[in-house]
Amino acid sequence: MGPNRTYLLIAPAMLVIGIFMVLPLFLAVGYSFMTANPYGGVTQPPTFDAYLQFLYQRDFDDSLVFSPSYALIILRSVYLAVATTLICLVLGLPVAWYIVCQTPERRRVLLFAVTLPFWINTLIRTYCWILILRDEGLANGALRHAGIISDPLPLLYNDGSILLGLVYTFLPFMVLPIYSTLERLDPRLIEAAYDLYASRTAVFRRIVWPLARPGALAGATLVFAPALGSFLAPDLLGGGKKLLIGSLIQMQFTSSRNWPFGAALSTVVTVVVLTVFVIRSRKAGEQRR
Amino acid sequence: MNGAKPFDWRHTPGLSVYTALIFVFFYAPLLILVIYAFNSSRLVTVWSGFSFKWFIAVANNGAIRDAAFNSLIIAIVATIASTAIATAGALALERGRLRFGRGAATALIAMPLVVPEIVVAITTLIFFSGLGMHHGLINLMIAHTVFCIPFALLPIQARLRDMGGTLEEAGRDLYADEWRLFRRITLPLLTPAILAGAIMAFVVSLDDFLISMMVSSAGSTTLPVYIYGMMRLGVTPEVNAISTILLTVSIIFVAAALLVGRRNRFA
Repeated sequence: MGPNRTYLLIAPAMLVIGIFMVLPLFLAVGYSFMTANPYGGVTQPPTFDAYLQFLYQRDFDDSLVFSPSYALIILRSVYLAVATTLICLVLGLPVAWYIVCQTPERRRVLLFAVTLPFWINTLIRTYCWILILRDEGLANGALRHAGIISDPLPLLYNDGSILLGLVYTFLPFMVLPIYSTLERLDPRLIEAAYDLYASRTAVFRRIVWPLARPGALAGATLVFAPALGSFLAPDLLGGGKKLLIGSLIQMQFTSSRNWPFGAALSTVVTVVVLTVFVIRSRKAGEQRR
Repeated sequence: MNGAKPFDWRHTPGLSVYTALIFVFFYAPLLILVIYAFNSSRLVTVWSGFSFKWFIAVANNGAIRDAAFNSLIIAIVATIASTAIATAGALALERGRLRFGRGAATALIAMPLVVPEIVVAITTLIFFSGLGMHHGLINLMIAHTVFCIPFALLPIQARLRDMGGTLEEAGRDLYADEWRLFRRITLPLLTPAILAGAIMAFVVSLDDFLISMMVSSAGSTTLPVYIYGMMRLGVTPEVNAISTILLTVSIIFVAAALLVGRRNRFA
């Protein structure tokens, strides 16, 4: 295929994504330097107010007062995203290893079983946990039935339930990349290690983990990025009281009507996420060499 | 023989139990939802017998029907558009000669997968409102097409890579021109993958919530946006029923995509 035809074929994809995705991203950066219009949208003059709002609040006499509430929301989002990533790694690595150890036919079935939840609506998958965790839910019902508790435990609407929802949503994103790197593992390495009297833990530490690390790194990126900006788990399982960046951004465009601040938050999240991806692909490139 | 079992690294003690537990974690919540959807009681957690009545209630709900119709129309348009764009893109990436910009093109096409959904949602909102475009359904069709492209592209690109270029080269040796080559060799071999990509795009569009919520307007509510509204009002058997329907549709389509995709592996 000649170069002209090649560019003609790739052009629609690049144009559509360029115009409707990348251009709006730049537009959002522009909006973040504007003044909020209380009726939605933005007006002149250009300011840095949106970014100042991360740490300061404008007082009645127009002086800036230090106010950490938004910074705390951002910190909590980062903390929950990191926790989600680590929990997914700990939960997902053994599963990936187990699948690698199976026969090809069983591998295919298990991989399908891991992939399937990914295609089921996140809204519905998150809602399932409300059925289980709410005061009249299955967990409290079972505990009460067993006589362990008399009053329902507050299982819903806290950081723990948000974390559970995030892990539930993103665990497949960790299992699959780790599996695909371990799949290429040469079993002779392990057999050689055993012949040299290496224990199971030593084999894991010295052979399996080093080989799984690129996959774990890819998985960590795939979990961290969407977890940081997630909306549904904090909204449904956090009850809207426990704000995270995702809900905070959404609020700025709906009830709060502060588009520049929402755009500034989006810009920061996007920069963080893209940086993580760029660093990862650099690292992956180094490892290949 | 000293009776010791030969070493088997494929068997780690306790790992199968652990993995089974993880799969319970994956699927038990979904199963609980489905079971509750067939509960005849209005109180979601009190079981009082098997019943289809909440499914009938959902089917008789005009607002749900409208939302489902919107979702379907948007998904069909987005699937056709994104699959066509993705097929062309995959051909260019796998068979084309790009003197420059291959990395940039790959990165650009991956953008919808990388940028957080909430950011895509609000930047799309900013973009359309900046243009003064307030056509709910059309805006949603465009937005869905954009994020469906990578999902449609991946299986097609994988298939092109798997099948290599030997058959096309054989065709070229027999003096087939480029168009004939595509019509008679590449396209037939690629059809199952294109179908698989289309099904993926369809499911992804049908499942989207966040972008639809931010971009849709009064007349263009999609099914997930409507379900979210119902969930906010509380846990009801109707929510369980409609969620079960959507869940079943997704599973059927993904299983179909897998079967279609597998059949061509030995072609």
